[in-house]
Parts: sequence; C-alpha cells; structure tokens
Amino acid sequence: MVGYIAQQLVNGLILGSMYALVAIGFTMIYGIIRLINFAHGDIVMIGAFVTLGLVISGQIPFPVIIILVILAGALMGIIIERAAFRPMRGAPQVTGFITSLAVSILLQNLGILLLTAQPRNFFCPDYLQTVFNLGSVSLRTIDLAIVVIAVVLMVFLVLLVRFTRLGMAMRATAENLKVALLMGININRIIMLAFAIGSGLAGVAGMMWGARYGQIDPLLGFVPGLKAFVAAVIGGVGSIPGAMLGGYLLGFAEVLFVGLLPPIYSSYRDAFVFIILILILLVLPTGLLGRKMEEGV
Amino acid sequence: MLEVRDSHAYIGQTYVLKGVSLEVRHREIVALIGANGAGKTTTLSTISGLTRSRRGKILFRPDPDATQRDITRVPAEEIVSMGISHCPEGRQVFSDLNVWENLLIGAYLRKDKQAIQSDLQWVCELFPILGDRRRQSAGSLSGGEQMMLVIGRALMSRPRLLLLDEPSLGLAPMLVEVIFEMLEQINAQGTTILLVEQNARMALELAQRAYVMETGRVTLSGTGRELAENEEVRKAYLGAI
Amino acid sequence: MMGWNRLKWFFPMLILAGAILVFILRSSVNDYILSIICFAGINIILAVSLNLTNGFTGLFSLGHPAFMAVGGYVAAILTFPVTRKAMLLPALPSWLAAQQWSLLPALILGGLCATLAAFLIGFPVLRLKGHYLAVATLGFLIILQVLITNLESFTRGPLGLNGLPLLTNLWWVYLWVVITIYVCWKVKHSSLGRSMLAIRENEMAAECLGIPLSRTRIMAFALGAFFAGVAGCLWAHLVTAITPTSFSVIMAFHLVVMVVVGGSGSITGATIAALMLTSVVEILSPLEENLGAYGISEIIISIGLLLILIYRPRGIFGTQEPAFLVKQRQRVSGEVGRSLSYQNGKGGTS
Repeated sequence: MVGYIAQQLVNGLILGSMYALVAIGFTMIYGIIRLINFAHGDIVMIGAFVTLGLVISGQIPFPVIIILVILAGALMGIIIERAAFRPMRGAPQVTGFITSLAVSILLQNLGILLLTAQPRNFFCPDYLQTVFNLGSVSLRTIDLAIVVIAVVLMVFLVLLVRFTRLGMAMRATAENLKVALLMGININRIIMLAFAIGSGLAGVAGMMWGARYGQIDPLLGFVPGLKAFVAAVIGGVGSIPGAMLGGYLLGFAEVLFVGLLPPIYSSYRDAFVFIILILILLVLPTGLLGRKMEEGV
Repeated sequence: MLEVRDSHAYIGQTYVLKGVSLEVRHREIVALIGANGAGKTTTLSTISGLTRSRRGKILFRPDPDATQRDITRVPAEEIVSMGISHCPEGRQVFSDLNVWENLLIGAYLRKDKQAIQSDLQWVCELFPILGDRRRQSAGSLSGGEQMMLVIGRALMSRPRLLLLDEPSLGLAPMLVEVIFEMLEQINAQGTTILLVEQNARMALELAQRAYVMETGRVTLSGTGRELAENEEVRKAYLGAI
Repeated sequence: MMGWNRLKWFFPMLILAGAILVFILRSSVNDYILSIICFAGINIILAVSLNLTNGFTGLFSLGHPAFMAVGGYVAAILTFPVTRKAMLLPALPSWLAAQQWSLLPALILGGLCATLAAFLIGFPVLRLKGHYLAVATLGFLIILQVLITNLESFTRGPLGLNGLPLLTNLWWVYLWVVITIYVCWKVKHSSLGRSMLAIRENEMAAECLGIPLSRTRIMAFALGAFFAGVAGCLWAHLVTAITPTSFSVIMAFHLVVMVVVGGSGSITGATIAALMLTSVVEILSPLEENLGAYGISEIIISIGLLLILIYRPRGIFGTQEPAFLVKQRQRVSGEVGRSLSYQNGKGGTS
C-alpha cells in the first residue's frame, strides 16, 4: 500500500510538473495584459509535434532538442501575440478571450489540416525509456527528466523575475502598465517576452506530454491547457509561484483522485478538475497566492 | 523649455482638450490649477506621451542651449529618455517591488551605473525615510512615504522637467507642507517643475507662474502672485467670498 | 405614428411570408437542402437566445451547448421508441422505459430541464464576470459531457443514442424560430430587457437604480437555456442521433461567432449571422471531403472571426437593430455610455 501511494505521488509529481510549466504561461500573460489565453494549450500540442519532428529527423542530442523546442514554442507565442493579440490591445476583456478562442480553434485545425487528426506514436530514444526502480517506485529515465527539467526551468524563471533588471520591469509592468510606460519601459517588448517565455515553457511541456503518454494528435493541447488554467486559478492567476504551486497541487489531486477512489470514479477525473475550478473561482477567487482582485472577477 | 501649442485631445469619445497652449521656462515652477475635469491631467498625459493630441504641437528643449524638438508624436519611453518625467496622480508606486527596486526602475533607461548609485544617494538624502526602508515593499509604506517614493522614482531618471499630478491629494496638511518644501528644494537644484494641483492656494504660493484651466481651455495665466490676487481666481479656487 | 402602424403590420406579414416560404420549400426542394435549412433555423434559435446572455446582459457564456445537450438527451429518451429502448437501454428505469412521447411535449420538457440546469449552475456561477464566467461555463460544459458519458444506463455512454425518430421538420423549426425571435424581441424592448442592457453597460449604476442584479442575470441565463434546450431537441431529432460529443466546444465557438458577427445584442444581426455561418459550413464541408482538406472550414471561420474582431468589433451590421423595425423612442443604444465631463458650475472667469 505504501509503495502504491508512493508510486501515485511520483505520478502526481510528473503530471504536476507539466501542469506547472503550462500554468506559468497563463499566469504571466494574464498578469500583464489581463488576457486568459485560450490558445496557450495548443502551444503544448505544437511543442509535442516539433519534438516528434526533431526526434524523427535524426541524431539530434536530447539537450539540443529541448532548447529547440523552447525556441519553437517561444517563436510561436511571439507570432500569435503579434498577429492576433496586439491588434486587439485595449479592447474589452471578453474580446481578448474570444480572440484567443479563435486562435485556439485555428491552431487545432491547422494541425488537422497539415498532420491529420490521426494520433501518432511518439518516439522516445531508448536511453530515455530505461526503467529503473527506487524502492517500490518504478520510473523511466524520461519521467525523472521531466521533473528535473521542469524544476530547473522554474528555478531559472524565478531567478530571472526576482533578480534581473528585466524581471523587475516585468513585475512593474504586470502591476501597473501605465506607470511602467512612464518609467520608459518598452511595454510591447515586455508583453512579447511574457508570451515568449510562457509559450517556450508550454512547448517543453508538450515534449514531456508526448514522451509520457506515447501518442499525440492535433487536439491534444486543449484539455491539458484548460487544466493548467485551473492550476493557475488555484495558485492565483497572475502569480508565478502560485502557478507552480497550483500545478503541483492539481497534479497530485488528480492522480490521487484516480488512484485512491474506486475505479468507477476514475472516468470522472475531468469533471473533478473543473468542479475544483468552479469552486475555487467562487470561494477563493484570488487563489492561494494571488494578490488583490481587480475588476473582472 | 516646454511649449504646448493649441493642443486638442480626446479621451475615448470625449473631447477633453480644446486647444490648450502653455509654456514652461527653464528652472521654473509652473502650476496648472482648475476644477475637476478641466483637463489638467490630460494636459500632462499629452506631454508625457500617454495620450496623443489630435491637433497642435508640443515642443521641448531639454537645456537652454539644446535644439528644440517636436515631441508631439514621440513614444512615451523616448520622452522619458529625453528628460521629462511624469508622476501620475494617486501615488502609483509599484507595491510588489521594494523601495529600492522602485527607485531603480525609475532609472530604467539609464546605463550609467555609477551615476545611478550617486543619484540613489541623492534621493535618500532628500528623503531619508526611503533609505531606511529600502528593503520594505512599497505597498507597505504610508501615504506620505509613497508620495516621496513616487517623487524619488521620478527623479531617478534625471529629468530636466518634472510633471507632477496632484502631489497633495489625500495627504495630511503637514505632509503636504513637507512635500512642497521638497519640491522647492528639487527645483533649486535645477529641475524644472510643472505642477497640477487642486490645492490652488499652496500651488500659487510655490509657483513662479501659473495657468488656470476650465473645461479644456486655459482661461487665465500670470505669475503666482497675480493669480492669487485675481478676484475671479480668489472666488473660484481660493474660497474667498 | 406612421412608424408604429407600419410595425404593427410588419411582423405578422413577415411571419406569414415565412410560412409561405416554408410551404413552397417543402414541396420544391430535396431533403438534403431541407435539412440544411433546418440546421440554419436551429442555429438562428441558438444565436438569438444566446444573445440574451452574451449580447443583452453582457454575461459571456460558453455553456449553451451544455443546455442543448440537456434538452436533447431528455427529449431523445422520451421520444425513443419503446422497443428500441428495451434493446439499447436495458437498464433504464421501467417508468421511463415505457414512455414514448411525441415531439412537442418532449421539446417543452427538454427545454424546461435545460432551464432547471441553468438555474442550478447559474446561481453559483453567475457571480463571476467577464472571461472568468466564460471559463466556468466552459468547465460546466465539460463536466456535463463527462456526466453524460458516465450515466450509461440513461445515455448509453460514449456510444450515444442513434436511430431516434426523425421528428423534426421545417415547420417545427420555423415555429420555434418565430417563438424565439418573438420572445427575445419582446424581452429586449421590455423593462426586463432594459434592465439587462443597464447591467451590461454599468453594473454598479444599474444596481443603484434598484435593478435586481442576480435575478435579472439568472432570468436571462435561464430563458436562453430554455431555447437552447429546445434547439437541442430539434437538433437530435433532425440528426436522429445524439452523443456526448455532439455538443462541443466547437459548437460553443460557432455560437460565439454568430453573436459577434451579428453584433452582440442585435437580434436581426444574430439571425443573419446564423444564416451566414450555416451557409459557410455547408459550402465548405463538401470541399473538405472532396479535397481531403479536413479542418479548412474551421480555419476559414476562425480567421474570419479574427478579422471581424480587428476591423469590425461591433459586428458586421453593428449592434443596433435596423432603424425601420424599431420605434424611435424605443431604440436601444449599443453605444457604451459616454462619460460625462464635469462642467465648471461657476461659469467663465474671463
């Protein structure tokens, strides 16, 4: 029993790492331009396909793949921001949301058009598939890599935001866009950067998703995207540490929900996540680490 | 130094500035007074580039011997780097950042590390309380301290011209005195100030010259003393019967 | 005065003209085209009723497909022939298994169940605003899909119910299009409708005027849900099958497209936008199949929506109803209230 629970906790850690990476993007973008970017989940899908393409194309070492996937995700985020969201700047909140919904549908269907809706097998190099046992917990190398990569990236991000000039500018912009402009901060660059960082992390999450579950298709990003948003809400939308905390909490909660309740309930797991969402929005709209609430909730 | 010529501006659909003209000379303190909604804040916004004027010109000459530039269409961040610093109304500190970071972000566009350090020293001499609380988050400061921080932050960009929007708003009268004394000192050290105030009495005392705005236009101008003695101004803004 | 007389006759004439058109279409056009026209009608019902919440009241909901699913499933179980029920849904309680209703009562009960669902979900969720409400209603849609998938004894789970009787025809659709437009039009030009618009424009001001916020919101939400439920029934009995994924996020997206393209709050606009969207989908889907270019129609629709949001954010036709349909003093402004600039009460000083 202890072994079973330990295994479940490890699974939760892995799932939580992926949610946390995606949730960071939601929170960074929301923090600065108050936009719930529905299309964020689809960057996960793009990341997964880019990884698959790179893996198939030849002998690219794994660390290089990671960097390329981050760059691809970041590039995608920048393109989306420039093409869809910048022209909508200053429009009502809901307009931004509709825009992101349209972008999401667009990306999914571009995926279907170019890659067909058929799920594809995700190839993972053999050395990442090696199984090893830690006590009663069995892990593949890739599982370990997922957690390590996620943690490293998050530490990196926290350091960037806390201790650099750029991070200071990002925090200032998130708090008060107008005054940040008066400080001479180039708002467009900061917004682009938020999209780039968030989308880069979502791209890596896509790589992890593919490696973990073995199959990918153009619609794969939708539900994880929404769940990562739930994670961001749990942590308090706008707070980066909140998004990380929320990601791991949701990962654990979901895995334990499936693992500890009788099997007939396991097909309710998605419903469970969204019930959490509605409850948090109603009871604790600022989330666990969120700050004051502005209009909109 | 600064010349606004016949500026017309809209906020959304509302026609707010209906041809404002004013002038600020080097090392002056100029006050802009008027009732709510007269367009004082918008005037400052058009100067700092937050709001674009639809018609008219804004000209700026950072130093007496520099060339004059048309800044009507220049983006806000470039205006900051040219030497205009705008303190918006309502003590808008970055409350997530600590005091030190707030000051540093005031110098965001500057690259001269050494000079930034010495300016930090200078601001902390002006407002010793800021140095004492440098690690504290700006949100935890009192109203008066936040006002000092906002002014200090603006000074960190080494402005030639400081635009101040209602520094007295919501502060206890004693603190207002302190702030105004500071402004006098800052001005004496070489910074030109354009001051928007509801507190007309104090503004007219401080300012060498002043403009009165009403419903989007400048209706009166003169030296601080002239306006303080003007019958209409006394009735409308100084509470004389 | 003349405008009023014209209006008095305009609507009955329009309804009559529509009825004649339905009659002619039914005797001259083939079944395939007829079914497309039915889909267009159902889309009109959906778009116009979604306007009650999204357009009039400014509550951005993505939950409409969920209410369609409630209505559709309820009606489908009720109209399903007893013999097929015994075969496909053996676990159904006997009192339900013995029912075999005709379309109209099933439609109404389906609509009422959707209304009930709207009350249940609306009370907690309608406290949220803006995009948070949108996400919460989307969450509700997903929760409902999970429930439908898992309540196998009633819904046959992911397989869904197929072989429903083909009860929907153009007359039924037309009837409900007329009812929906009539009711929404009446609501828009009633005090309830003006309360809704007031809430959309400025919630705090509306509350200060004594408009009961939560009651008005839930009224709009529930009324919209009723028509969505009805539309779900019509849809199910037109397609003759219903599955948990019949009413999906894509459908929510299409509905949003209709409301935005039609100009949010405009009934005429929503109607025309529904017709346009149906045509676009029907024209593009054979193209998709022939070229094997699946996804192309959604790509075109989403790019179209993005362009409209950038260049015509008030919709193609604007947010006003056409002037000739509305009495002058009843014209409801789609403009955001202009901010008043304070005038200096003391008069000019010089």
